[in-house]
Amino acid sequence: MHLDHDTPFQPHHTHSADPHRPDGTRRALRIGLGGPVGSGKTATVAALCRALRDSYALAVVTNDIYTREDAEFLLREAVLPPERITAVETGACPHTAIRDDISANLEAVEDLEESVGPLDLVLVESGGDNLTATFSKGLADAQIFVIDVAGGDDIPRKGGPGVTTADLLVVNKTDLAVHVGSDLARMAADAKEQRGELPVILQSLRSGEGVGPVAAWVREQLTAWRATA
Amino acid sequence: MSRAALLVLADGRFPAGGHAHSGGAEEAVGAGRIRDAADLGAFCRGRLHTAGLVAAALAAAAADGTDPLALDEAADARTPSPALRTAARRLGRQLMRAARAAWPDPALDALAAARPRGAHQPVVLGLAARAAGLTPLDAAHAAAYESVSGPATATVRLLSLDPFDATAVLARLAPELDQVAARAAEAARRCAAEGPGALPAASAPLLETGAEAHAARPVRLFAS
Ligand SMILES: Nc1nc2c(ncn2[C@@H]2O[C@H](COP(=O)(O)OP(=O)(O)OP(=O)(O)O)[C@@H](O)[C@H]2O)c(=O)[nH]1
Ligand SMILES: [Mg+2]
Repeated sequence: MHLDHDTPFQPHHTHSADPHRPDGTRRALRIGLGGPVGSGKTATVAALCRALRDSYALAVVTNDIYTREDAEFLLREAVLPPERITAVETGACPHTAIRDDISANLEAVEDLEESVGPLDLVLVESGGDNLTATFSKGLADAQIFVIDVAGGDDIPRKGGPGVTTADLLVVNKTDLAVHVGSDLARMAADAKEQRGELPVILQSLRSGEGVGPVAAWVREQLTAWRATA
Repeated sequence: MSRAALLVLADGRFPAGGHAHSGGAEEAVGAGRIRDAADLGAFCRGRLHTAGLVAAALAAAAADGTDPLALDEAADARTPSPALRTAARRLGRQLMRAARAAWPDPALDALAAARPRGAHQPVVLGLAARAAGLTPLDAAHAAAYESVSGPATATVRLLSLDPFDATAVLARLAPELDQVAARAAEAARRCAAEGPGALPAASAPLLETGAEAHAARPVRLFAS
């Protein structure tokens, strides 16, 4: 068949974000985690798995840039059984794999649902990238952008799509702020300026509540996802 | 038929996973066989007349209406390296998703159902071309071009090669691309009468062995 101008657009199968599996049941919520190299994405994913794995069926997709470090770290830490962790290769272009051409990530997510599902939540970690990297809506239902205090306290002010539009902004490694001379109050105020009502969480995985507040945000997303089922 | 559909299908930004693959260029760079634009030209020429010709013929035959499952077997028979078979099927599956979104068609649905883990990419490419209303020669052009554009883009990233030089390499190959596409379309016509045995089976041993070595590397930028 070939499409001409009077053929209505009618997707008759799931090629990306359809909230249902082919069998009609609601698929897992997909949350993307993006942000600069080393900001603490994998550490946050690991902590989220520990916090949520007893309440929800979880799986993780990592997008390493040229190694399998992230997947191997999660395996070593045994945050989930190995069959629940998949690594996607991105060909030197991590943002392409989460935004412009999401096919490999979609396949990884769907394969996980098929092999170990049904799942409640799939966390997709992007390879470390720049401030403009965001997840396609065809891949992620919600996205968390993770920056850290050591990358410079002017990053919230600089903005960019990740900082400005992510559903949740996490400013990580607050325990290091005193050591690197970052002004947390200023980072929070700048983030508020850029993001309006969108939430910001200041987090340290090394102290205090750890991943607790971010885990609570994820639980809210899961509750909302299920409520619209 | 819309000729512009060929531009959509052959666009390097068509979201079918190609960006993560180097077509053997990463291994060739690592082995010192590609160091500059001249080497890239030689690599691409070799790939075009071997793997490129075979892919173009498979794509043309699929676009011509030959049974895609028979072509999928023919592709296996022409791909000795298990790593390359895996990559070809993975890319075929990714292309299938994009093609079904772009040109919904029962023939694509049927192949997706018969090969849920993916058919060989050139077969899917040919079927996608057919669904888009394109000719076997068009499909051959798309496959032949892809066989050289992938390595060229990858080499720009791997060697920080001047992108103008890499594009010039592709432009110089254009007449040969036309010839390879024409040979492939001719082979597809014979295939219709004589079966997939009539399709070319040219092979590049270094691409095959290199793909195996590459797949075993723990650190790499590209998936193949
Ligand atoms: N002090 C401190 N270190 C942290 C914190 N969170 C993560 N780290 C450390 O920061 C380093 C980088 O963390 P990762 O989680 O690997 O960062 P990433 O964002 O996944 O990095 P890429 O995937 O390479 O982009 C590791 O050594 C972590 O242990 C934190 O809250 N405080
Ligand atoms: Mg990481």
